Amino acid sequence: MTTTALPAKLAEIQEDFLELEQKDRLLLLLEFADELPELPSRYRDHPDLLERVVECQSPVFIFVDVDDQDAVHLHATAPRESPTTRGFASILAQGLDGLSVAEVLDVPDDYPQTIGLTQAVSPLRIRGMSAMLARTKRRLRERP
Amino acid sequence: MPVDLDPDAKFAAYAHPERLVSTAWLREHQHDAGLIVLESDEDVLLYESGHIPGAVKIDWHTELNDQVQRDFVDSAAFAAVLGSKGITRDSTVVIYGDKNNWWAAYALWVFSLYGHPDVRLLDGGRDKWIAEGGALTREATDVAAEEYPIVPRNDAPIRAFKEDVLAHFGHPLIDVRSPEEYTGERTTMPAYPEEGALRGGHIPSAASVPWARAAAADATFKTREELEAIYRGEAGLRENDAVIAYCRIGERSSHTWFVLTHLLGFEDVRNYDGSWTEWGNAVRVPIVTGPAAGEAPEPR
Repeated sequence: MTTTALPAKLAEIQEDFLELEQKDRLLLLLEFADELPELPSRYRDHPDLLERVVECQSPVFIFVDVDDQDAVHLHATAPRESPTTRGFASILAQGLDGLSVAEVLDVPDDYPQTIGLTQAVSPLRIRGMSAMLARTKRRLRERP
Repeated sequence: MPVDLDPDAKFAAYAHPERLVSTAWLREHQHDAGLIVLESDEDVLLYESGHIPGAVKIDWHTELNDQVQRDFVDSAAFAAVLGSKGITRDSTVVIYGDKNNWWAAYALWVFSLYGHPDVRLLDGGRDKWIAEGGALTREATDVAAEEYPIVPRNDAPIRAFKEDVLAHFGHPLIDVRSPEEYTGERTTMPAYPEEGALRGGHIPSAASVPWARAAAADATFKTREELEAIYRGEAGLRENDAVIAYCRIGERSSHTWFVLTHLLGFEDVRNYDGSWTEWGNAVRVPIVTGPAAGEAPEPR
């Protein structure tokens, strides 16, 4: 378990998962998968702006956006046939939304391992979510 | 009492037509007593996102692989998993899944290690069922648990270990990975995560036949004639050959194992599940890089 204080939304998501039985954790992940919003049209029309998360087993693309108020917005797209990946992307998109760049960079890298999914989903598959978080942070660090 | 076989004409040409059922057959027999339909996917949530009504999920990673030792679950764990899905030793089990039945074939191969008598694949799998407008539901399937007996796992006839491969040189090997993995350009499938192999390439003398070549565009198996052209024609397999197939962790090659064993009738086919994640990291085993198969070393 990590000792760094988590941003409120990420902490809430973590608690929601941890208080469920293993089997129900998968159903909550499915809810997240269902909630992943469609990409904003400006990215739909510009696939070149998206970054492929090659560590994931299915085609998932992310785009990290920082608005005028220094608030981060993560957009992601993954096919319907890859609900696990969609669920991971949706957790991060919701959990990081509106945080400042510094807050996102402070999110512990092991957050994906701390939400109680390693047993239900398997550690190997969780790697895809860790990669998404790492790529999001790298995008922010390398931002012009 | 086994459930009726599928008399489909395409299947009749295969060596073991009893190992396949069509989507039409499943629509008709879905509710037969003694039949358990299992879904086995790569994505651990795909079943929950919608499955064939009445189907039960089996997960290759969390239920068929031992979580500590790199091996399949032992006899007691296998019996517990199957019992929990309402399967008895007499059940007819039909497995279907995503991606040309890739993970369904893997589950079927593990069932075969335990000698489950009647286990079949749904030809075309999940994709064909959906393409034909087949119903999907998110409703949880009610399963009445059964007693599945604790039976020994018999690896030898259909599973090869590294030492078996070293002793096999001089007989055909089939590498079912992508061309990029075969040449050594990559150690994982294109677009898949790096799972760690120190060397890229293939086992000397292995023929390259990517596994999905056995599947038609609609995810069904190609016809006997088409498969003969690939495996006997191009890869040069001959009657009575002993064959070992491998990939990266043994899942894609269990699909090829199914094709060679049940569709083409080869009687001595083993799946080397250590595959490239073992061979590509092992000390003092020979490998070949580039597109040529290379010479078979002396068996040891």
